[in-house]
Amino acid sequence: MAKYLLKRVLYMFLTLFIIASLTFFLMKIIPGTPFASANKLGPAQMEIMKAKYGLDQPVPVQYAKYIGNLLQGDLGISFQFNNTPVTDLMFKRLGPSMQLGAQAMLFGTIVGILLGIFAALRQNTWVDYSSTFVAVLGKSIPNFVFAGLLQYFVGVKLGWFPVLFWRGFEYTILPTIALSMLPIAIAARFMRTEMIEVLGSDYITLAKAKGASFFEIAFKHALRNAMIPLVTVLGPLAISLMTGSLVIEKIFAIPGLGEQFVKSITVNDYPVIMGTTVLFAALFVVIILVVDILYGIIDPRIRLSGGKK
Amino acid sequence: MADFETKIPKDRFRPAEIDSAKSEEINKPSLTFWQDAWMRVRKNKGALVSLIVMGIVIIMALVGPLVSGKEFDKQYVPHNNLPPKIQGLENISWLPFDGVKTNKAGKEIDMYEVKKVDEYYWFGTDALGRDLFTRVWKGTQISLYIALLAAVIDMIIGVAYGAISGYYGGRLDNVMQRITEILVGIPTMIVVILMILVLDPGIISITVALTITGWVGMARVVRAQTLKLKEQEFVLASKTLGNSDGKIISKHLLPNLAGVIIINTMFTIPNAVFFEAFLSFIGLGLQEPYASLGTLIDEGFKVLRLHPHEMIIPAIVISVIMITFNMLADGLRDALDPKMRD
Repeated sequence: MAKYLLKRVLYMFLTLFIIASLTFFLMKIIPGTPFASANKLGPAQMEIMKAKYGLDQPVPVQYAKYIGNLLQGDLGISFQFNNTPVTDLMFKRLGPSMQLGAQAMLFGTIVGILLGIFAALRQNTWVDYSSTFVAVLGKSIPNFVFAGLLQYFVGVKLGWFPVLFWRGFEYTILPTIALSMLPIAIAARFMRTEMIEVLGSDYITLAKAKGASFFEIAFKHALRNAMIPLVTVLGPLAISLMTGSLVIEKIFAIPGLGEQFVKSITVNDYPVIMGTTVLFAALFVVIILVVDILYGIIDPRIRLSGGKK
Repeated sequence: MADFETKIPKDRFRPAEIDSAKSEEINKPSLTFWQDAWMRVRKNKGALVSLIVMGIVIIMALVGPLVSGKEFDKQYVPHNNLPPKIQGLENISWLPFDGVKTNKAGKEIDMYEVKKVDEYYWFGTDALGRDLFTRVWKGTQISLYIALLAAVIDMIIGVAYGAISGYYGGRLDNVMQRITEILVGIPTMIVVILMILVLDPGIISITVALTITGWVGMARVVRAQTLKLKEQEFVLASKTLGNSDGKIISKHLLPNLAGVIIINTMFTIPNAVFFEAFLSFIGLGLQEPYASLGTLIDEGFKVLRLHPHEMIIPAIVISVIMITFNMLADGLRDALDPKMRD
């Protein structure tokens, strides 16, 4: 276990290093300057600006400096937001993104698990079919389409919830629902399969035979075992929520990381793009590792490293 | 009970002959793997309907821009933001194809009369007066191109990489596995966005980005299956008979992998289609004047409150594409690999 963990963590750092380097060199190839009023600047002024941000030095020097700073947790300073350090910018923006992601994940998995359970308990009835229908829609309809329609029909036409900005809990409801469609779909499908399998097993028959009530069987005996494999999909799901938040934040004008990332791309703000990419990548590999470890803890039958042969 | 005995005379019953030689007889024609799979797909109504709908979408994507009689990039500002109007359907009041728009005060106005337009724009026009019918089907072509591309990349690079890595094993496998491990660690979205930054947004950069990232999942599945298959006797037999490695892979392993390959490809396609639309929506995909469903939704989204048709029509088309691909993928998975059924 310890050896496996060490190997995984080493890989994690290797991956992160490659991503950071890749991002750096790709940023260097990109045409265009990062300075907002570049066309107003003369050649001499350009030189001064470049010197100020260290862009006049040879690329290997810049690279060494970048990696050195990165190891100390310094991601440079943003070109577009009045020289604010990127880490400050990102931390300010992390809050809304995290809240949105966590809410969507929580809401989505709970609704999805319930849908899946009822579909399995009432297999081949209208409950099952409508749950499957919701799952197919949730998986198929792009989240930005869903978000747009939600904003138009529920927000604008019905006027139930505010449609833009991030000023309190009621502002988070529509984006959360829009983002949670995928978790709902995936959790519902997964739960249904697992529950059907578990409900057919011997210990459920035993529970029925000893006279346990319907709800006791469903929630006490079946659910706990059916939940285990769901943990495996939580990792990839969290990643797709991170991707999804890019558009959702754009649509609902939420001051989060994704919205900033999209904006930074359009104005060539290298440090912010690099910082966000590295942060996303770091979150990504950490989540995958945590899920793998969790999986081993929850279900001891599963050996992480393949176990004895 | 007594009735039966009286109604059916005893002499109509005969003892059954038990012939042990005949019990082994196969009395139904044997089916190949593909016939069997097709039978199971046909039984799945969702998959069958999806197949038909997908066929219609493909035909419309190819024929649509030709039959509309309008260019996808021809701007004519006096005709901008017209609602949809279709000959024949315009008089059916509950269909939204009468060219009538409800304004903010709740009053219905015939935009075609106001702007004195004699032509019919079947899906209406956008802010620059371009025909949305043509643009929607042009955009669908892009989505279908991406679908085809993703499938081809998966089938060529992914399968070859996985099969070679799994079949040869040893050090080669080790190196190839390390490469995929790192590639898997990098979020696809980030690779795609970085590629697009370097190569300018457009169809070529999306193609390159998909080529770099799209095949990894397939390679891993194919490798795992190859590892299992190559230990089996028929491979040993083929080797003993002196067949080359290339022949063993292509003639013996690949046909056995076909089911897995198809299932995986079918699940990659909707992801790729979504990715293109997603990138176009955030402005990193296709650029003006070209249209993809993502850019159309993005443009329509900006005027959603005033001209909802400009977003809703492309939104419906992309949703239909995604739903049919997903349903077909589910159906094929159930048909080709009953063990994976959910």
